[in-house]
Amino acid sequence: MSVAPVTTGTGDQPTAGTPAPAGTPAPAGTPAPAGTPAPATRGNRVGGGLLDPGQLLRSLPDALRKLDPRTLWRNPVMLIVEIGAAFTTVLAVADPSVFAWAVTVWLWLTVVFANLAEAVAEGRGKAQAATLRQAKKDTVATRLAGWTPGTAASAYRQEPVPAPELRQGDIVLVEAGEIVPGDGDVVEGIASVDESAITGESAPVIRESGGDRSAVTGGTRVLSDHIVVRITQKPGESFIDRMIALVEGANRQKTPNEIALNILLAALTVVFLLAVVTLQPLAIFSKGYQAAAPDTGAVTDAGVTGIVLAALLVCLIPTTIGALLSAIGIAGMDRLVQRNVLAMSGRAVEAAGDVDTLLLDKTGTITLGNRQAAEFVPVEGRTAAEVADAAQLSSLADETPEGRSVVVLAKNWFGLREREPGLVPHATFVPFTAQTRMSGVDLGAENGRPTRRVRKGAAAAVMKWVRDNGGHPTEQVGRIVDEISGIGGTPLVVAEHVDGEPARALGVIHLKDVVKAGMRERFDEMRRMGIRTVMITGDNPRTARAIAEEAGVDDFLAEATPEEKLALISKEQEGGRLVAMTGDGTNDAPALAQADVGVAMNTGTSAAKEAGNMVDLDSDPTKLIEIVEIGKQLLITRGALTTFSIANDIAKYFAIIPAMFAGIYPSLDALNVMRLSSPTSAILSAVIFNAVVIVALIPLALRGVRYRPSSASTLLSRNLLRYGLGGIVVPFVGIKLIDLLVQFVPGI
Amino acid sequence: MTMTTAGVLFVLSLVAALVAVHKPLGDHMFRVVSGTRSSRVERGVYRLVGANPAAEQTWGVYARSVLAFSAVSLLFLYAFQRVQDKLWLSLGFDAVVPHGAWNTAVSFVTNTNWQSYSGESTMGHLVQMAGLAVQNFVSAAVGIAVAVALVRGFARSRTGQLGNFWVDLTRIVLRILLPIAVLAALALMLGGAVQNLSGGTEAATLTGGTQTVPGGPVASQEVIKELGTNGGGFYNANSAHPFENPTAWTNWLEIFLILVIPFSLPRVFGRMVGQKRQGYAIAAVMSLLALASVVLTNVFELTGGGTVPQAIGAALEGKEVRFDVSNSATFAAATTLTSTGAVNSFHDSYTPLGGMMPMINMMLGEVAPGGTGSGLYGMLVLAVLTVFVAGLMVGRTPEYLGRKIGAREIKFASLYFLVTPALVLIATATAFATGNDSTTLNVGPHGLSEVLYAFTSASNNNGSAFGGITVNTTWWDTATGLCMLLGRFLPIIFVLALAGSLARQTPTPASEGTLPTHRPLFVGMVVGVTVVLVALTFLPALALGPLAEGL
Repeated sequence: MSVAPVTTGTGDQPTAGTPAPAGTPAPAGTPAPAGTPAPATRGNRVGGGLLDPGQLLRSLPDALRKLDPRTLWRNPVMLIVEIGAAFTTVLAVADPSVFAWAVTVWLWLTVVFANLAEAVAEGRGKAQAATLRQAKKDTVATRLAGWTPGTAASAYRQEPVPAPELRQGDIVLVEAGEIVPGDGDVVEGIASVDESAITGESAPVIRESGGDRSAVTGGTRVLSDHIVVRITQKPGESFIDRMIALVEGANRQKTPNEIALNILLAALTVVFLLAVVTLQPLAIFSKGYQAAAPDTGAVTDAGVTGIVLAALLVCLIPTTIGALLSAIGIAGMDRLVQRNVLAMSGRAVEAAGDVDTLLLDKTGTITLGNRQAAEFVPVEGRTAAEVADAAQLSSLADETPEGRSVVVLAKNWFGLREREPGLVPHATFVPFTAQTRMSGVDLGAENGRPTRRVRKGAAAAVMKWVRDNGGHPTEQVGRIVDEISGIGGTPLVVAEHVDGEPARALGVIHLKDVVKAGMRERFDEMRRMGIRTVMITGDNPRTARAIAEEAGVDDFLAEATPEEKLALISKEQEGGRLVAMTGDGTNDAPALAQADVGVAMNTGTSAAKEAGNMVDLDSDPTKLIEIVEIGKQLLITRGALTTFSIANDIAKYFAIIPAMFAGIYPSLDALNVMRLSSPTSAILSAVIFNAVVIVALIPLALRGVRYRPSSASTLLSRNLLRYGLGGIVVPFVGIKLIDLLVQFVPGI
Repeated sequence: MTMTTAGVLFVLSLVAALVAVHKPLGDHMFRVVSGTRSSRVERGVYRLVGANPAAEQTWGVYARSVLAFSAVSLLFLYAFQRVQDKLWLSLGFDAVVPHGAWNTAVSFVTNTNWQSYSGESTMGHLVQMAGLAVQNFVSAAVGIAVAVALVRGFARSRTGQLGNFWVDLTRIVLRILLPIAVLAALALMLGGAVQNLSGGTEAATLTGGTQTVPGGPVASQEVIKELGTNGGGFYNANSAHPFENPTAWTNWLEIFLILVIPFSLPRVFGRMVGQKRQGYAIAAVMSLLALASVVLTNVFELTGGGTVPQAIGAALEGKEVRFDVSNSATFAAATTLTSTGAVNSFHDSYTPLGGMMPMINMMLGEVAPGGTGSGLYGMLVLAVLTVFVAGLMVGRTPEYLGRKIGAREIKFASLYFLVTPALVLIATATAFATGNDSTTLNVGPHGLSEVLYAFTSASNNNGSAFGGITVNTTWWDTATGLCMLLGRFLPIIFVLALAGSLARQTPTPASEGTLPTHRPLFVGMVVGVTVVLVALTFLPALALGPLAEGL
């Protein structure tokens, strides 16, 4: 068995996916832009960064520093190992032998390996923190004294203030090319901002006052125009500061499940400590009975030697999981950071694994951003092509996404070239307004009186227009409209009024939500994992139901208001369920705060980011699903390694007990099923295995165990087979192999 | 019919009887512990102790009630023995010596019934009936009450209330233990067990000498000794004595009585949490462990080790011929799988590995099926520990019956699990380290087994003895007394604290993502966790005792 960890795969550098410094292009591995769902069936979907041997070496100094008992006391299992190692060192100095020194060295190595696991996990965070720090340059801000809205910035006294001295509520002016001095909200102006320092995404984003895109983050750079920003952070508590602290794991709090697991490990340690300590009087009694039995390297008239007792203790206490526990936690946070998600606490990551209900906003998460034209339905006597032609004409001036999609569909279906508004002769365009709920065009207005007018818009509005212009819409139009509404679509009626004739409806455009590819499969997966998905939409119940059925979600909340969203979360929690949601607007803030996992979009308002317990830098609401999987993977990794660690003890007993006592009672040699060559080599082999297995499992702890969405029963049987049964078998093989080598060491 | 066939039939008929009875008895117990109407007698009892039957208790109050009741019982029983010589029906015996009285008082209050005295030559009839037999009823009822309180923790939500200890205690004694005890005592008397207040009968022996054959209220005490998994015999020879256990079929009946309540309690659990299958899963874990233990004990005894046993085909030394090897081995397994500790044979004379089995049964924590109540709560704590490790492997914070197993729950479960191994190991090591091991008759591995057995039995509140060592010294009476006291009440406090924190939770509804706790896989895991945890704790000690001797 090699001490160096096995690095599998290539090309995935540890820095992949970390935020790049400002100005450089985003490195490979940056998450796909918002809106693209991750492929649904990739083998090891929740992967993680891999480990290269160089990183182990780089982390070695840190690992040695962590030998300080004042640091180690946080990890009681490893503290016991260190005490054991110190104890054997004293014994080895007092009574040197190859065996004593070999055990001593390997006990110290056990502690170092454990520290190494933690140091490597932290090291990856430190590299990320270093990149972030580059963004956190000490800028000088331009503070505007006594600013009130609506007046030019030049009218105020502009005082230069070092960025770290800015207070909450200060108003600063940021010009093109300058770095935003701290987190805040834009109160005046609009600008394009390069946020790559935080998000790794090089395309600039627009930030403007008012609305849901007003938040700016310190360390980002304004590229054009100028904005006035009200600082919302306290000094030293900027988003970037918090990110640095998080990825460094500087003041990492143990999560609830980690605390519980630590209690169990401590209890097991106490049991084994008792089992080992109380063994001595029994051993002395037995040796006294078999006084004729010769002393061995393990047991003399004075009982079991201190070296062997320490070795036994270290082999029995759950060192494997004790060594890797904190690395697993740090790596879990790290995997989120690699996906550009910042969790404000480890608690939130754990809660993500427990989520029972996912609240997903329809728009942007389940469906593509906007509704799109899907069909032109003509009334009797008209052709679809005529409807398309009229619809296209009336949509030329409609710059809403829905309007654009009509033009695109007309082109795709009937090859109608897009006519530039300026190229249509004698045309007066009527833009869409919320009051008229129509858009259209008046053609041939030579003498101020148009020859043909075309309108497109909400059914009720257009029908009224037809009637106002002397027409009588047929019942058929109403039927088509009802049909389209019935299946969840939005009908837009197209009508024309030719001069001298009554106005008439030509047909109906069917606008529908387009469900993102692969969403149904993902929701099926969620269902297998026991997670209920609820779609949140402002649509009416009928529309909502149609989309919910098409996307395959379990439930929906139609005509949702922020209050109803909050009420839904409370209701689910009342029933004992954990709820996760995403949100970006200020009105989402109460719901984000109430949800057990609230993921705020980075494009959202400061209020939303404050309320949530995670921030997605890519602002991709689909990522909630991945966050849940990372949470589950974190818990599974802990459980798997705990099981493995405890199961390992069986083989160690079969190595050490005959080694200790076969000298007194030869019949106990029957327990030496591995046929290890001598008592000392057996004990040493067990100790070496115990240490080496820690290093061998570091990559697994950092990467997390393989996770595929499936039911609890399937997961349990698979993991139990792999880590339970594996945990029993592997050490038998491992200890035997080590013994085959160790027996040749002189003096063992 | 060979001895093996007879043994197999014996076990199979027991299994069949238990399967048949667990349902009606479980349902009856369920009704008793969830009923609200009190009888006149019960209302009288409540008035007497000043309890309000309608008032529910938090875990702390429930625990204080258990402790207060037990403390009063302990003091009373101690005083009772100390003034025995001045009481009616003392048969002329002296007052019990202080360390003996302390040990016996603790022993009966903790449902252990470890006996460092010889019944027929120490205790008068009044102490036996009004002191010891009363504790046999109430200490068993305390165990059931605590188990019911824990199950209420699983069954209730968003409340701190776990029921009322005084109501539970009274109802369990009057409606469960007493009626069964009366019926079974009549059956035992039919089988030949004695029931009188005689001080002793002079009889002539075959060799022409005379001996005094002591009588007494044996059948009545024998029944509750088994039914309440107490184990304290009227006579020193315990259930090997023909007045306590006259025939093969009374032997069958006594084993049945030992197992019947513990094996029916999972049904109560299933019904209280509203999912009978959860109860069956727990019963399945208990049955698997119990069957494995019974089979192994029988195999080790029937295939016997050593020269003499092999010559006669089995290890018959220390066993009654009327029960033969197999039915003695089965009794030994049953009495140690529960917290009974009654014996119908001399465990010290078993083959080394056969004698190790009762020890392992107790080391498992007496959970298969365990003592009345204590078996169920012990098994549920093990299920909680299993859920904690296994639950993580399904990617959720572990849950059992919708209750999250967090830091607080795992703290109490771990503490519960720590108590008995700590007591056994520390006490055994102290005995050897201080030269109080009393192993004058047997040295070497067998002597070590005797001491290990004694403390395992005391700390797990079993009460059976391997024998072969002198345990009525001040040191032993004090040490085993402490083991019994701490081994009973510390776990009870932790169980009630666990119940309290479970009852406060809002249960999470089960989904596809929840670990199913009623399937064979989970049953197998609880068995595995139980065996592995015990093996890991006690293997070094066992290696120097029975394993060294038997391998």
